[in-house]
Amino acid sequence: MSLLEVKNLQVHYGGIEALKGISFEVNEGEIVTLIGANGAGKSTTLRSICGLVQKSGGEIVYQGKPITNLATQKTVEQGIVLVPEGRRVFPNLTVLENLKIGAYLRKDDAGIQEDIKHVYGFFPRLEERHWQMAGTLSGGEQQMLAVGRALMARPKLIMMDEPSLGLAPLVVRDIFSIITRINSEGVTVLLIEQNANAALRIAHRGYVLETGNIAMSNTGHALLNDDRVRQAYLGKSEK
Amino acid sequence: MEKNKTRFRGIASGLTKNKRRNLLLSMIAIIALTVFLHFTEQGATVGSYEVRVLNLCAVYAVLALSMNLINGFTGQFSLGTAGFMAIGAYTTSLLIMPVSVKAKVFYLEPIVPWLENVHWEGNFGLFGALLVAGLITAVAAFIIGFPVLRLKGDYLAIATLGFSEIIRIVFTNTQSVTNGSTGIKSIPNTANIWWTFGVMAFFVVFMLRLMKTSYGRAFKCIRDDEVAAESMGISLFKHKMLSFVISGFMAGVGGGLMASVLGAITPLLFRFILAYDILLIVVLGGMGSITGSIVGAFLITTAKEWLRWLDAGFNIGPIKVPQIAGLRMVVFSALLMLVILFYRRGLFGNKEFSWDGMFRLIKNAPKRVAAWFKPKPKGGGAK
Repeated sequence: MSLLEVKNLQVHYGGIEALKGISFEVNEGEIVTLIGANGAGKSTTLRSICGLVQKSGGEIVYQGKPITNLATQKTVEQGIVLVPEGRRVFPNLTVLENLKIGAYLRKDDAGIQEDIKHVYGFFPRLEERHWQMAGTLSGGEQQMLAVGRALMARPKLIMMDEPSLGLAPLVVRDIFSIITRINSEGVTVLLIEQNANAALRIAHRGYVLETGNIAMSNTGHALLNDDRVRQAYLGKSEK
Repeated sequence: MEKNKTRFRGIASGLTKNKRRNLLLSMIAIIALTVFLHFTEQGATVGSYEVRVLNLCAVYAVLALSMNLINGFTGQFSLGTAGFMAIGAYTTSLLIMPVSVKAKVFYLEPIVPWLENVHWEGNFGLFGALLVAGLITAVAAFIIGFPVLRLKGDYLAIATLGFSEIIRIVFTNTQSVTNGSTGIKSIPNTANIWWTFGVMAFFVVFMLRLMKTSYGRAFKCIRDDEVAAESMGISLFKHKMLSFVISGFMAGVGGGLMASVLGAITPLLFRFILAYDILLIVVLGGMGSITGSIVGAFLITTAKEWLRWLDAGFNIGPIKVPQIAGLRMVVFSALLMLVILFYRRGLFGNKEFSWDGMFRLIKNAPKRVAAWFKPKPKGGGAK
């Protein structure tokens, strides 16, 4: 059964058509990636799913129920959490406070404590620095914190907007292995990436977005080997 | 007595050595302050002029906390404090003034009948009046909040400033309620030093507690990054409104206290200049620091008074400086600029006072002073 289904989604920013009616679905337990160039509408797609952007048409169905016009609090409550682009941790809050704010809508204190330990299990570095201001962390650590903060909401679907942006290759590898680990614990992942190579390697399925339209869809592996994708996004020549 | 002692030991033994030391130091500090306030109230420590300045310091601390909550902690640049203070000040004054005094003060146009015979006497009266003042101001903040809190940054500042002026103009023209531009005098000085410091202490504790709750964290998140806060499921409008209303409540209570301390108010007192005075305290102390607001309030209020000798003319050795009105403010502004130059984020930044921090500072002080005199490495070095 599909966890999330997007049908003919359209978004306008003023007079500009950002999404021209895209449709895709994410099944439970999958890692699905949307790849595409700058301005293809990747971030807009994620932002409209979690209710941060007004839609001008189409429908979003989550767990069989329409969530097209729900406010962000409601979508977070239902288990859809966004890891925003550029990390966006709260710089003047400590690491621990950042994690606690991730669980903002939850009321079960015992569960929150448990989840903090769980996140520290994923990212031991965060436990070492739990008292530090998040703004003093390195880029990679901030990305870990952003992912950890999202996990604190106990998401069913975690949506990541360019988690590898501006990070060193080694750190990128760490982040991607963490994404697979999170997925293996039963969290469905919708991943947006410019680093198409890395994203397609870990994804079960992928969609290629081109200026507001879905141009292609296939399994991650197939897309990785597709000539057109290789040429356009992986920077490899034909042959 | 014996039982209490063992019980205290029971609590203390559960704490680490440092925590026990801090608890002890806090208790000593609180007792020392209480003793000082007691003797000050009796008139044994300082004169009535100094008491008045101390009262004003505490009132300004309350007002600075009010402004810091919305500006420093929630990141919403609001300048409406003066207007909210006016609401609180007038409400309190009209409630605690004796009936006979009211008749004398409202000589141009008699006061409206429903306020004519209201007189809330003594300390209980003042308590009730401050509470009502706070609540009415909070309601006003709630109503104003709907249109203005949709704005951000400079636009919010302009809109709140505008509403603050509207409140002042309304008060200037409602002759039969506020006595118009003549203002109100002979307000009972019920608010003594216990009142001002008591209210300040209450709000300090309140703010410290509030910042530890999930609401406090949400405020700070909104300040740091609205988009991220929203995607965490934090309702921006709800929290901005909550912060604005609480801030309004505090400004109302502070305004009420100020009216009782000063004894006379006119609408002119609540010009936007007043909001800047408070903003100055908040910025100098540190946006987002409760300690900063209190230290800032005491520093600025006393410095303004202390520097009065500059206005009167003085001698520097053989050079005679004549009497120049306003020289005080020139020097005051220069001092402020110096402070801001060296402490760009205010004296405390967004940090709070702690005994641990103080001991660390004392321990590291020699090293820091030594570092000043060391020649700096050329080229700035690697960062």
